[in-house]
Amino acid sequence: MPDKKQDLIDQQLQDLNNDGVDRRGFLKCMAWAGTGLVWTMSGGIPVSRAFAKNSGKDASKDASKGADFSFVQISDSHIGFNKPANPDVTATLQTAINKINAMPHKSDFIIHTGDLSQLSKPSEFDTLDQALKGASAKQIYFVPGEHDMLSDNGEQYLERYGKGTKGSGWYSFDHKGVHFVGLVNVANLKAGGMGSLGHEQLEWFEADLKGRSASTPIVLFAHIPLWTIYPDWGWGTDDSEQALSYVKRFGSVTVLNGHIHQVMQKIEGKVSFHTAMSTAFPQPEPGKAPSAGPMKVPADQLQRVLGITDVNYLVSGRSLAVVDSPLGDSGSSASGNEAAVVDPT
Amino acid sequence: MTRRNVWVAGLAMPVIIAMLLLAGSTSVTANDQPSAAHAGVKIDNFSFGPQTLTVPVGATVVWTNSDDIPHTAVSTEGLFKSKVMDTDEKFSYTFSKAGTYPYYCTIHPKMTGKVVVQ
Repeated sequence: MPDKKQDLIDQQLQDLNNDGVDRRGFLKCMAWAGTGLVWTMSGGIPVSRAFAKNSGKDASKDASKGADFSFVQISDSHIGFNKPANPDVTATLQTAINKINAMPHKSDFIIHTGDLSQLSKPSEFDTLDQALKGASAKQIYFVPGEHDMLSDNGEQYLERYGKGTKGSGWYSFDHKGVHFVGLVNVANLKAGGMGSLGHEQLEWFEADLKGRSASTPIVLFAHIPLWTIYPDWGWGTDDSEQALSYVKRFGSVTVLNGHIHQVMQKIEGKVSFHTAMSTAFPQPEPGKAPSAGPMKVPADQLQRVLGITDVNYLVSGRSLAVVDSPLGDSGSSASGNEAAVVDPT
Repeated sequence: MTRRNVWVAGLAMPVIIAMLLLAGSTSVTANDQPSAAHAGVKIDNFSFGPQTLTVPVGATVVWTNSDDIPHTAVSTEGLFKSKVMDTDEKFSYTFSKAGTYPYYCTIHPKMTGKVVVQ
């Protein structure tokens, strides 16, 4: 376990209630297994119960048992990337889609948390669209990554994926009692800074939440993490604190991000933060490499560090269970690093 | 150039070495002009190198992206703006006035650098 990361995790865990779960051990186990984590929320209180590295293939089935609905988060497809870290990102996106389609339960929709493309090229967006057409879930919600707004202020992205959205592509929607907000923190970035939401979006966000009952579960999703993971690499959002101050009164807030191409989580009061794996290539742990650039792993290991995130929502407990699954988890390795869940109490 | 001089020197007599050294020093001075007028910034590991580049007035600076990830070099004050540089792509700009010109990568704004024109 890298010390720096452990320190980070320890720091993140200090304000958790003691609910009989050895979270530190749980997270160590997560890191050891390389991927996959689980937590649920019940009435705003995180109640992680278990994490079994040898849980087998029924893991996501268990997670969804009794769930009122499920959706999947995918992230960082980087269609068009063709460097050694993954010469065929279209194939691994396809594997991710196959995995979604093979799930024992139906996902109501897919959320893509950005970096759809590598260079915002029309051909890259076309390839992505073509691949996503094969997904069993037909509704897909997007937010842009910085790679999707490279040269045209995001015009093309907005034309293709942001119809009806505000500003640089932010919006909200409701689904079966849960309020979802897609935020954009990759536009108009300032020299020396990290991700940024900007004044206009923050104002809209505050107004969007106004009048909603505090018992409404909130799911925020954006590309760059809305919590500061590693400022030296820009892994955070400069004005996220203000955004998070608007959700303080809500009993259950889940924040889903991408950008860092690895799973990290933090639970702070009633807010649970979670980052997803990429479907394209892994990136190093914070500070563990000279830069955040694509990380080359042996070809037979690649599918263990790429993956999807399955989110299951239970109305009764107002809880969300998040299950990260690597793409290559079907008998490809002895460690069987599939995540498991957890019946919320 | 230097390498070749050394190689020749290794085979030659001390007198020739002295002559080559003299010739070498003049040729360095002669080469100094074009290299100063065409300075380079290498983009590597999400950073600009050198982070501060000092050049004479009239120099052309060439940025080259050596990362597997696209970057830009954009003047903070709006003086110049590269297109998106993918791996091995370049951008150049000629500085015609003395001053200090900060710039950054608009995709990864933590990446900053400056060109000092004297």
